[in-house]
Amino acid sequence: MSLEAAPVEVNAQVPAKPVKADSPWRIAVRRFARNKLALAGLIIVILMFLICYIGPLLSPYNLYDYKLTDKNLAPNASHWLGTDKLGRDILLRTMLAGRISLAVGLVATIITVLVGATLGAVAGFYRGFVDTVIMRFADIFSSIPTLPILIIMGTVLSDLKVDPSNRIYFLMLMLGVLSWMGLARLVRSQILTLREQEFMLATDALGLKDNRKIFRHLLPNTIPIIIVSATLSVAGAILSESALSFLGIGVVPPTPSWGNMISAANNLIDFRKRPWLWVPPGMCILITVTAVNLIGDALRDALDPKMKK
Amino acid sequence: MAKQTVETKTLVEFKNLKTHFHTSAGVVKAVDDVSFSIREGETLCVVGESGCGKSVTAMSLMRLIETPPGEIAGGEILFEGKDLLKLSKRDMSRLRGNEVAMIFQEPMSSLNPVLTIGEQICEPLILHKNMDRKEAKKRAIELITLVGIPRAEDIFHAYPHELSGGMRQRIMIAIALSCDPKLLIADEPTTALDVTIQAQILDLMREIKTKVNTAIMLITHDLGVVAEMADFVVVMYAGKVIEEAPVIDLFKDPQHPYTKGLLKAKPVLNQKQERLYSIPGQVPNPVELGSNCHFHDRCEFCMEICKTKEPPLRIHGDSKHKTACWLYEEEGKVQ
Repeated sequence: MSLEAAPVEVNAQVPAKPVKADSPWRIAVRRFARNKLALAGLIIVILMFLICYIGPLLSPYNLYDYKLTDKNLAPNASHWLGTDKLGRDILLRTMLAGRISLAVGLVATIITVLVGATLGAVAGFYRGFVDTVIMRFADIFSSIPTLPILIIMGTVLSDLKVDPSNRIYFLMLMLGVLSWMGLARLVRSQILTLREQEFMLATDALGLKDNRKIFRHLLPNTIPIIIVSATLSVAGAILSESALSFLGIGVVPPTPSWGNMISAANNLIDFRKRPWLWVPPGMCILITVTAVNLIGDALRDALDPKMKK
Repeated sequence: MAKQTVETKTLVEFKNLKTHFHTSAGVVKAVDDVSFSIREGETLCVVGESGCGKSVTAMSLMRLIETPPGEIAGGEILFEGKDLLKLSKRDMSRLRGNEVAMIFQEPMSSLNPVLTIGEQICEPLILHKNMDRKEAKKRAIELITLVGIPRAEDIFHAYPHELSGGMRQRIMIAIALSCDPKLLIADEPTTALDVTIQAQILDLMREIKTKVNTAIMLITHDLGVVAEMADFVVVMYAGKVIEEAPVIDLFKDPQHPYTKGLLKAKPVLNQKQERLYSIPGQVPNPVELGSNCHFHDRCEFCMEICKTKEPPLRIHGDSKHKTACWLYEEEGKVQ
């Protein structure tokens, strides 16, 4: 019996025009692109990255130009955003600070996603004992007040005389490690429903290994949630970093960060008479965080299959 | 087409299989002392109404019973002589999808929505046959063509939501066949499809069976499908096999009153019937069934012994036709 005959009779089922596959991703991208605010947010974030990473290369100054003769200058033609009390260019410092803040936000988020998604998926997949252990861990972590722990860590790092340029890595790590719980819960709940679906029974029937089931079949189904939550956590991490640096326990001088630049506002004279010291970094934080949040909201809408627009 | 049932080798043998579920209401003996065998290259149909243990029997064979609450309480399942129930988890996953493959009832949800068709067909090939990506892709496209889907190359890159139900079931069959299994379990593969697609899928399965010579264990409640596909039929009721016979014998000469009732309940072409026959009563509650004929309270020939003692599954007359009913036993005739 020939099997070649079969295709002829099923031709009717096949769409006539050879449409290019409309993957779920392409649909999401299209929906995202239709959201004007989100596009604006995306452009702002990209610009922010470009300015922070390319801008300093074009600046005539460098971070260690202490020119006391030029200290506390108001914005002018050669120092567009003025100078601080050591005569350093504010524009340059703001851009370099942006590098730090954006990097902290991104890396902390990557850690959050790796830890949160993995633990959440494992907990949801195995349930029972494993689930209990992981989720109780999450409970413990969430009941630790973040700020005091970070403050303690900051002082410990200062006591241990950790090199200021290395502190930033500890900061990324801590921010990531202290914020994976929310994502882990989200992913776990998704996996719990997904694992009961028939296609998971099918993977059982195919004899797939557990790690393949989790990372190839289950986690990709939760990517929308992960992306949205990660975007929002970038904003959160930038804010936390700024807050800590403002308090002097995050990124410490001479490394600039938006947070420790704003701490100039601590000083009444600087606050009242020299707004160019703290307004630029403050605006940067505001703009970046708002833009990232706009993107996050739009992604949530774009990736939600129930939104039918 | 498959009436060449010369004595072939036994592929699978269920021996006194017992699968129980522990529920809050009590123990449900979903499969209670079931024995039958499947020969190489044979199509065996398991029929029975919902909840009679058809699917659980198949899932027990795949060792996919969720424990707890389920538990395989006893018996053996011999696959080519080795007892599947004693295999390690690792050996079992090596067998699944490789030597025994399974197709499910619901094609709409049996494919992972975020992976392309190609990725899903390639997966078992890479896993069980140690193919590299390129070989797997080539084989996958062959398989898509084999199950009668044109434009195989395009479909390879498509996502499940772009395919119709019938096409998805074909893809499921392609995945199941990817590693040339010796046994294909099809758990109501056509129930969710409309009648024309149903016929196509059944044709496809028959064609493929002759081509690759796999045995099929077809679970269904549709006697039309049985007549069309089966070589051998096992009728189950409330967790027990009550009758088994070659398909011709079963349709020509059903013995158990339940089987007779089932056959009477199907419409006959060119015959005017006001209403189809239906077996009176309902399936008994599966919790804590006693030791009797579970069909006794719906049976028009019910005798005293039926209520107190379980009938054995035995050959009565014909050499391959087994029935579990007191009507054919000496003890029953005495009364």
